[in-house]
Amino acid sequence: MATMTFARAINAGLRKAMENDPKVVLMGEDIGTLGGVFRITDGLQKDFGQHRVLDTPLAEAGIIGTAIGLSYRGYRPVCEIQFDGFIYPAFDQIVSQVAKLHYRTQGLVKVPLTIRVPFGGGIGSPEHHSESPEAYFTHTSGLRVISVSNPQDAYTMIQQAIACDDPVLYFEPKRRYHDKGEVDEGLDLSAAPSMESARVLTQGSDVTLVAYGPLVKTALDVAVAAGDEGISVEVIDLRSLSPVDYPVVEASVRKTGRLVIAHEAGQNGGLGAEIAASLTERCFNYLEHAPVRVTGFDIPYPYSKLEMHHLPDLDRILDGVDRAMDRPNSLSSLDGADD
Amino acid sequence: MLGEDSTPHPQERSRREQSEDPEFLQLLDPSGQRVARPELDRWLADVDGEGGARVLAGLYEDMVVIRRIDMEATALQRQGELALWPPLLGQEAAQIGSGRALRQDDFVFSSYRENGVAYCRGVNLNEILRVWRGNASSGWDPFEINMATPQIIIGAQTLHSVGYAMGIQFDGADSVALAYFGDGATSEGDVSESMVFAASYQAPVLFFCQNNHWAISEPVTLQTHITLAERAGGFGIPHVRVDGNDVLAVLAATREALDRARQGGGPSFIEAVTYRMGPHTTADDPTRYRDANELEDWAAKDPILRLEKHLESRGLLTQELRERVAAKSDEVAGVVRNGVITMPEPEAMDVFKHVYATPNSWLSRQEDHYRRYLAQFEHHGASAAGHVSGGQH
Repeated sequence: MATMTFARAINAGLRKAMENDPKVVLMGEDIGTLGGVFRITDGLQKDFGQHRVLDTPLAEAGIIGTAIGLSYRGYRPVCEIQFDGFIYPAFDQIVSQVAKLHYRTQGLVKVPLTIRVPFGGGIGSPEHHSESPEAYFTHTSGLRVISVSNPQDAYTMIQQAIACDDPVLYFEPKRRYHDKGEVDEGLDLSAAPSMESARVLTQGSDVTLVAYGPLVKTALDVAVAAGDEGISVEVIDLRSLSPVDYPVVEASVRKTGRLVIAHEAGQNGGLGAEIAASLTERCFNYLEHAPVRVTGFDIPYPYSKLEMHHLPDLDRILDGVDRAMDRPNSLSSLDGADD
Repeated sequence: MLGEDSTPHPQERSRREQSEDPEFLQLLDPSGQRVARPELDRWLADVDGEGGARVLAGLYEDMVVIRRIDMEATALQRQGELALWPPLLGQEAAQIGSGRALRQDDFVFSSYRENGVAYCRGVNLNEILRVWRGNASSGWDPFEINMATPQIIIGAQTLHSVGYAMGIQFDGADSVALAYFGDGATSEGDVSESMVFAASYQAPVLFFCQNNHWAISEPVTLQTHITLAERAGGFGIPHVRVDGNDVLAVLAATREALDRARQGGGPSFIEAVTYRMGPHTTADDPTRYRDANELEDWAAKDPILRLEKHLESRGLLTQELRERVAAKSDEVAGVVRNGVITMPEPEAMDVFKHVYATPNSWLSRQEDHYRRYLAQFEHHGASAAGHVSGGQH
């Protein structure tokens, strides 16, 4: 076990994957000499050479499109999209090519591509640097979408994503890059939990609280605060956003009868909507209250002085828990069918 | 002055052909006479040498055969056996001249119209029309013939070819990646980005642009104010503009570009100026947007006709050759037609196959539900298809 930052854990995972497989190549803007704007690839070009860690021209469709060609040639490219809001120029290549090539060719062409996306807000950046675009991709079949919440998962799941024969979007919560945690670098990948699996972080009996990426840490704080008020919260770190590990969430909701989903992305058509609908279909009779979503507003990401109003924080998620519990201090009346 | 726009309408400009352009490479003039171009002649030693008759006969056969495949496919579409077909009529020299210059270990990324190139790559003729019958989204195994399956998103494949070429570079191989695309595609951002990447990494890729003058209803002049070849110059990529209806010019220019790439000279761009004699697809009606005179002008420049004139001038267009090529065309057309008619139908549950390479819990559940849904009808002795179309409206 070693203590390392989230950022360092991704770096170590990338290094391990590159050591294990000479076909793994990294591509992105500023990832070579500079080591990435967040230093995630720090030192890798020096150690593996310019052919393994490529600084690319500033063209996101170009990065993903050429990575597809490298896949045809037998490579396993790992592409860094510098910021969440910069992924859209590559959207066509991701949605029309990366996601569909395996289906198009009846399984003959594999696209074992990993796309790393630093995402989410909370770092005081200008526009386009704080977005949560994951739902665009969970809506696209052929892609796997994961989001990591702690250094150990960051280390393990980047390697799982790279080893996977399907394309994987790997969403990194950039505001957690400097958080520290224990990482077992000797962990055997085959013994690690599946990349598709959700994880129950705290056992609880009153409310199931589902989160992923940056809000998992907040959700754990919520569980403590709610516990102080006598509410027992079961926190689930989703880890995989497509597919969602519904059996784990369902088992929890059957136990608690209450479901709160939190994410930074806007509510309309978001992952929370899908999870709420799916759980309602699966265990309607077990629900004591309608599923509750605590999300970013349906607005463009605001300028940084206002981002704290947009991002679900401890108090807003606690309010969501109160709503699920029908507590009188909550804002449940704002949420009803009357508006 | 307001309202007095001196810029000619794109349609007007499209009529001004640039075949007098000295940069325009031609080795066979429209009368079939061999024109000397020292810079290109060196790539045609086999054509101009002792075994030339055999090489020319081979090119002639290929062009006639792919025209026949094209006509057969159009007929199959008209007979309701294919959903759609994008004809290559008129582009035979561009596709055979370039396709026959390739080595087996080169890799082609094309659009949907390069079925003549696929023929050169050795595609299984039973399967070439599978896509167009709606029985699959790909008509061949890309790794069997080293050619990616047809790309429908305009220009997207150019980036794939550059990535593949970067992989060739990493591997230290001397293969070349080919990107086939049309005049319309040059306006797509992907094509520009692919040229940026190719130039930056000096990747062994050949951009082969068939300027067939029309992107559905839009003339090439709507896409560009300079020649398409000149575009490549802006990226620092060597480029030539060849007569795309001259199979020898295309063959020579392609060989030169491939050789440059194999020697580490990086990317090249060839603009093959040709003409889409047919509609964009069988669903298109070109009489709505183009002049019959234009078609007539280009019919006079027909690539097969031109090669026939050349063969004739060298006394090579023998009755024996004509008969052999006709027999081969008949045979190929028969295989293609039979392949379509006898093509196995996909199974209902194939709809879920190959979405992912690894098991996916969400999709497995959906698949399982649909299987059980369909099974209900089997139980009652009716097919699901019967149910869907079965008068429950």
